[in-house]
Amino acid sequence: MKIDAKDISYRELNKLIRQAVLSGEKEIELENINGHRYLGTGVEGNAIITVNGIPGSDMAIFMNGPTLIVKDNAQDSVANTMNAGKIVVHGHAGDVLAYAMRGGKVFIKGNAGYRVGIHMKSYKKQIPQVVIGGTAKEFFGEYMAGGVLVLLGLGKEDDEPLVGDYVGAGMHGGVIYLRGEVNSEQLGKEVAVQELNENDEQELSKLLEEYCTDLDLDYGEVRSKKFIKLVPVSSRPYGQLYAY
Amino acid sequence: MNYLAPEFIHRIDKDKCRRCKRCILNCGFNALSFQDGIVADHSKCVACHRCVTFCPEMAITVEQNPLTYKENFLWTAQIQKNIQKQAQTGGILLTGMGNDKPYPIYWDHLLIDACQVTNPSIDPLREPMELRTYLGSKPEKLEFNQLPDGNVSLKTELEPQVKLDIPIVFAPMSFGSISLNAQKSLAKAAEQCGILMNTGEGGLHKELAPYGKNIIVQVASGRFGVDSNYLNAGVAVEIKVGQGAKPGIGGHLPGEKVSAEISETRMVPIGSDCISPAPHHDIYSIEDLHQLIFAIKEATNYEKPVSVKIAAVHNVAAIASGIVRAGADIIYLDGFRGGTGAAPYVIRDNIGIPIELALAAVDDRLREEGIRNRASLICAGGIRNSGDIAKAIALGADAVAIGTSALVALGCHVCQKCYTGNCSWGIATQRPELTRRLDPEIGAERLTNLVKAWAAELKEILGALGINSIESLRGSRERLRGIGLDQNVLDILGIKHAGK
Repeated sequence: MKIDAKDISYRELNKLIRQAVLSGEKEIELENINGHRYLGTGVEGNAIITVNGIPGSDMAIFMNGPTLIVKDNAQDSVANTMNAGKIVVHGHAGDVLAYAMRGGKVFIKGNAGYRVGIHMKSYKKQIPQVVIGGTAKEFFGEYMAGGVLVLLGLGKEDDEPLVGDYVGAGMHGGVIYLRGEVNSEQLGKEVAVQELNENDEQELSKLLEEYCTDLDLDYGEVRSKKFIKLVPVSSRPYGQLYAY
Repeated sequence: MNYLAPEFIHRIDKDKCRRCKRCILNCGFNALSFQDGIVADHSKCVACHRCVTFCPEMAITVEQNPLTYKENFLWTAQIQKNIQKQAQTGGILLTGMGNDKPYPIYWDHLLIDACQVTNPSIDPLREPMELRTYLGSKPEKLEFNQLPDGNVSLKTELEPQVKLDIPIVFAPMSFGSISLNAQKSLAKAAEQCGILMNTGEGGLHKELAPYGKNIIVQVASGRFGVDSNYLNAGVAVEIKVGQGAKPGIGGHLPGEKVSAEISETRMVPIGSDCISPAPHHDIYSIEDLHQLIFAIKEATNYEKPVSVKIAAVHNVAAIASGIVRAGADIIYLDGFRGGTGAAPYVIRDNIGIPIELALAAVDDRLREEGIRNRASLICAGGIRNSGDIAKAIALGADAVAIGTSALVALGCHVCQKCYTGNCSWGIATQRPELTRRLDPEIGAERLTNLVKAWAAELKEILGALGINSIESLRGSRERLRGIGLDQNVLDILGIKHAGK
């Protein structure tokens, strides 16, 4: 079904979406989205919601199940504290993407801003996965405690940095895959660079195949460049900080 | 080499001691052993009085180490000890509970009025007294519909409210900082007293779920255990921005304390550090706070009031104004004496301002701006008795939160060693042999006794004031006088000096 968001507030819109999902609607198309916040929040189940227009901040905050497909750019705090579900953004995403995300997948075709994947965490079978097609800014994976962050740098200029400084500062869990190189001075002191092992390659292939299918990208091109892996040096980065 | 002399001397009356070894079993800090009699390692004693309380012969006492340091007003024993400890370890000094330095305690410089002759006082034993308090945003005015039958109905749509039978809530203390049995004691007591407990930032243990009607769930920067079910599990949601004991810094539950149960409640792997970042990285402004408040309202279908907890700091009145304008229904103000399970010494003892001044400043500011009705005020940070509560309410609070007082009711002796995880009273520990000492039924009974006793005392105070409702005391600063306070403090508190 289609819901027209023209001239209605995010509160009314989200109520309509919730009602539609509760009445059993599995596929919902949102028209004229223009900065409406919190899309996908408070919606349970596995409905597929297509977003035409530019959604507002905190899209999918606390989301628990649905799939959101955004045909344009998204704003800040996408997938904030998200628990389950999937987000596919055909444009760019803003700052604070996937803050404290605990489960589900986020695929961004373009770039992301500052502080991506801060304090992403994993729990039992819940392992959040985020793939960003373009570049990202400073504090990528800060305090990361679990999950998988992938940064591809597709279509970036040669002199353009793949990622900003302080990558993985305070990281104590999870894994970051970067397609390309990163200067060691850009890394937080809590991370180490490693080669990918066989398990990593399998995990990455599976994730990137799905990413390329969803965003209609050439998998061969995505895999044409070498990946590096960043992991935390310690699961207890601040273990020696205090006098007991 | 350890240069530190023991802080306490543990003494056993050898004539009284029957060598039952109960003291050895009771000590969570391993300070006692048996070598042809009870032997104390004084350096490990923290003066928690567990052994003293449980010695059947009353043979034990603990004394301050009388060791004399060369008298020096500047280089006190404590200052020297702290330097020695840091020289030895190179670490940030940790402590527990609230700021214990001799800063002024303004509660003890406030006096409450009473009726004499010109208007009658009321006897609460024989006349009804109302302590009921509703937390939540109140409308500016009420509008009514005139019904054809002559009756009226309320036209104004009310924001969600939470009912307290007594204007007290238990302060947020997470599962992790305190034991599950301590949290259960708080939840059961909250249910029995018609008040609320607060999960703190450690998620909601499944055994607490049945107490949802008496629970505030907290969302902090680490977002531990936060999902849509959690947000809807209590009657209100609190965004924790700051804490009085450690304003502006984050939290850190070390991995060795993250047991299977804590892992499940916080939704993180067993043994992993739980690091709460200093700020919420999705809140860098009042506009961002607005965004998170309304995200929570969306996730809870606008059915629950949203509280924002901040530490009392220098510009607290302006910050509180911003929080109200961001849409918070409740502001939780935590003064610099507020407790903690672990904080750096230097932060706890040097950052923040007293709750009495912060509360008066915030209440004034919100009134001046005409937005006081839009949020309830909870004040906390060193509330020790019902007198403090009455004074807080007269200064403008809607309710108070009690953390340390509640723990003392459970057996805590404020030894300030919560961060070690060895609490002999089974409160601030996860060691099963210690936590099982705290029976939640008995804990709840002790807490209920305390809260009900304070409620009875509050009614006595209201009666003396000649009023029959806590609502009549709220913000009524004319009923307070200062004693031994300078004009500057009196102006901030908005009260006259005693005698005027």
